[in-house]
Amino acid sequence: MQEVLKKKSAEKRILAPRESRKTIGNINVQNPRMVCRNVDVYYDDKQAIRNVSIDIGRNEVLSMIGPSGCGKSTFLRCLNRMNDTIDSCRVTGEILFDGKDIYDSSIDVVPLRAQIGMVFQKPNPFPKSIYENVGWAPKIHGLVESKAETDELVESTLQKAGLWNEVKDRLDQPGTGLSGGQQQRLCIARAIAVSPEVILMDEPCSALDPIATAKIEDLIDELREQYTIVIVTHSMQQASRVSQRTAFFHLGDLIEVGTTENIFTKPSHQLTEDYITGRYG
Amino acid sequence: MMSPLALLLALLLLSAAGYFIGRRKALYAADKAGGPNMLHSRPNYYGVLTALWCCLPAFFLFILWLAFEQSIITSLMVADLPPGLRNLPQERLSLFVNDARNLASGNIVSGEITAEMRAAAAHYVNLQGIGKMIAGVTVLVVAIAGMLFVHRHITPELRARNQVERAIMALLIFCSTIAIFTTIGIVLSVLYEAVRFFQQVPVTDFLFGLKWSPQMAIREEQVGSSGAFGAIPVFAGTMLISGIAMMVAVPIGLMSAIFLSEYANKQVRAVAKPLLEILAGVPTVVYGFFAALVVAPVIRAGGSQLGIDVSSESALAAGLVMGIMIIPFVSSLSDDVINAVPQSLRDGAYSVGATRSETIKHVLIPAALPGIVGGILLAVSRAIGETMIVVMAAGLSANLTANPLQAVTTVTVQIVTLLVGDQEFDSPKTLAAFALGLVLFVVTLFLNIIALTVVRKYRERYE
Repeated sequence: MQEVLKKKSAEKRILAPRESRKTIGNINVQNPRMVCRNVDVYYDDKQAIRNVSIDIGRNEVLSMIGPSGCGKSTFLRCLNRMNDTIDSCRVTGEILFDGKDIYDSSIDVVPLRAQIGMVFQKPNPFPKSIYENVGWAPKIHGLVESKAETDELVESTLQKAGLWNEVKDRLDQPGTGLSGGQQQRLCIARAIAVSPEVILMDEPCSALDPIATAKIEDLIDELREQYTIVIVTHSMQQASRVSQRTAFFHLGDLIEVGTTENIFTKPSHQLTEDYITGRYG
Repeated sequence: MMSPLALLLALLLLSAAGYFIGRRKALYAADKAGGPNMLHSRPNYYGVLTALWCCLPAFFLFILWLAFEQSIITSLMVADLPPGLRNLPQERLSLFVNDARNLASGNIVSGEITAEMRAAAAHYVNLQGIGKMIAGVTVLVVAIAGMLFVHRHITPELRARNQVERAIMALLIFCSTIAIFTTIGIVLSVLYEAVRFFQQVPVTDFLFGLKWSPQMAIREEQVGSSGAFGAIPVFAGTMLISGIAMMVAVPIGLMSAIFLSEYANKQVRAVAKPLLEILAGVPTVVYGFFAALVVAPVIRAGGSQLGIDVSSESALAAGLVMGIMIIPFVSSLSDDVINAVPQSLRDGAYSVGATRSETIKHVLIPAALPGIVGGILLAVSRAIGETMIVVMAAGLSANLTANPLQAVTTVTVQIVTLLVGDQEFDSPKTLAAFALGLVLFVVTLFLNIIALTVVRKYRERYE
């Protein structure tokens, strides 16, 4: 609840009504996994996101950067309807996932979130054993039937998350007993255990040291072969290391989109340039 | 001659003066040393320190005087009695002393007033006056001496803040031990009476006996009623009624907590939560009416329609109403702990596609379990100790039965009936109340200890 309130007050800094600014760069990709068109997000009557349109491609890492309060986390949470848990939040516009509008009344949000997983800023493993943390979601979705299947899935998932060797001898111990970096990889494992198609990551390394961060970044690189990943980050280096495309947000507007290389070498918009060169922030 | 109240006021005034004097002295000393920054502590601390030295020692002296005043003066008076009186046997002497004291303070005297008694009373009053004078003067002298003592020692280097903070810490420790010592005092007083009971009735008879019938013949020739003090039926009754109450309160309370914290929107919550907590504010006597006048007849009527014989003071009626009374305990505490589960855990569960009920069942309840268990055990203690509802709605006869449709009695009901009215305090009948109270206390104490242990154990596992 407090986090929600904090979040709301951060969004409140955003501004009186005004026209949205035009996005520079190519928002389209070939054969997109998700398509967002004219997305507006309001908290009560305050607008946090203005008219954002962007495609999210298959097997790509899209990074979203921008100063605090620019709405990138809000936008990320729209993509799997996590914003539904906030009463005052209202989303308009179109967000298509494999061609279907996820805000359509016929869409059930529960299976949607299994397909579009999420990893949060602070590692938040369940107060359960490591094994249960990974095996729980597949169990409730009926992806595994027997104990043997669950064992197998837990092992393969933890291996994918690069955590297996570190925890294989203590699967029955609480996930909260791991180190911060291990907890975050456990959360990634938890997300991929239900075989999602998209993984949303909200500043997944902001609470971690550089070594743990490097491990997560390597992991993101490997996961790209199977999943689409959208990552919000405050670290420019991280965006340039892990992503293929980058989107720059400013005060609720999507200012510029492009390949990561282009954004970081020849940004077109003055604000983008100021931000990535550290003159603004 | 000063009355204690005037003395206290004088002490207070002196301390206030001490504050200003100490503060001024500190500023003066600092000026001489080169500015207020030379002081170790802020000037106020020097003032408070002076005031403390002024009032604390004097106050303790005052308390000591109050505690020993009577015994000192009485022994002085006895020492000055004529030898004929002094050599009386112990009981006669203390009777005489009592009478003299009563005469001195204007109370009723047991026998006729003799000249000797009058003289003793006058002497007593005289001694009292002198004593008060001496005490008053000593207290004031000590207060001023304390003030002067600190005043002389105030230099910029004096660590006044540390000393004042130490005094404040001592005050905090004192306050926090009051509750502990009160508990110990209560236990000891109950224990004392209970031991007297167990001198007359064996402990094993009390703890394991199956027959409870505390009526005893007070006079030799009275018929029947030899008294039987087997506590098992009474405790069984308490357990039965508490058990019924918990069967009502736990599911309803827990589910309403889940509804309030996870499903209700803000408006519903704002109305429903206070309404539920009003239940906790209804006096138990009112619940008692409700149980005896509404619920019990309804159950009885329902039973007779089904052809079941229901006692009009059934355990079921008392238990149901007690359960209703306890609902807000369970729901309010559970609601708080479920709410305290971090939002990030809910987010984590929703983000892997868990439904709301899966999130509640598998994530929130396990995470909140220690708090919930603690709340429930607290509610059990409350149910076991509850008195008014059972006095009004449960029976008086101690039946050893597990049938909720029969009348049973509880520990608290028995304590009340044993102690209400004129009683003699040396018969086992009356003392039995203390034994029951002692056992009840031990049982609730154990429940609370278990509750705390459960909470601590799970907290370690989950955080």
